[in-house]
Amino acid sequence: MLDLIVFYFFAALAIISAILVVTQRNAVHSAIFLITALLATAGIFLQLQAEFLFIVQIILYVGGIMVLFVFVIMLVNLDVALHQMRFRRQAWVAMLIALVLGLHLAIAIYVGRTGLPLASSAAPASVLQPNTELVARALFSSYMLPFEIASVLLLVAMIGAVVMAKRRV
Amino acid sequence: MAMFLIGVIGVVTRRNVIVILMSVELILNAVNINLIAFSRLAGSVEGQVFAIFIITDAAAEAAVGLGILIAFFRNRETVLGDEMDLLKW
Repeated sequence: MLDLIVFYFFAALAIISAILVVTQRNAVHSAIFLITALLATAGIFLQLQAEFLFIVQIILYVGGIMVLFVFVIMLVNLDVALHQMRFRRQAWVAMLIALVLGLHLAIAIYVGRTGLPLASSAAPASVLQPNTELVARALFSSYMLPFEIASVLLLVAMIGAVVMAKRRV
Repeated sequence: MAMFLIGVIGVVTRRNVIVILMSVELILNAVNINLIAFSRLAGSVEGQVFAIFIITDAAAEAAVGLGILIAFFRNRETVLGDEMDLLKW
């Protein structure tokens, strides 16, 4: 019961702040609400017993990516943008795409619902599992190659970002 | 799912590229929640492994996207998506 209350609290928080991210006029306010949304997501991770992901989410997203966003907002002066129109004139395209994707997801969930091993095979909540150890075992045994490829991807992204932000090539 | 759709709407409708990138982060987070929920349902940690990869990709994407944005702002003095029309003829 407490589990459900915690989940709904974090889910509502995440959705409300996601709406605010999209609708705020000032980009700094959007960034702050994005931090709230990411923290609520981290709370959902904790509720789903993914402790490692909870820590990674807070350190990497809230500590890393958001600092990057805020830096760029400071570098790019946004005073002009405050007085301009927020939305482009293609709201109906957005609604159409969102409707189609939402229908798609709803159908997928509805069809796949019966095929899921619901709750019966889920790990009992009382058993405390060493989550980080399990994730590390999976990551370094069966997912070794994707892990290394991800490191190469990060290297490429780093070089790309440095080259992009350099003044003269 | 609601978060995913809000993110999609944000990507398509906002003019400010910074907010568009934030909406992309929202979409990736929604996907992560789903992956972890299903990995909890299935009782295995593989969904969490995939979520880690998605977080890695999100970090790379944010770094490169914001780098492009800074380079673009230096050249054109704008952060609005619909004024980025260099490739239009």
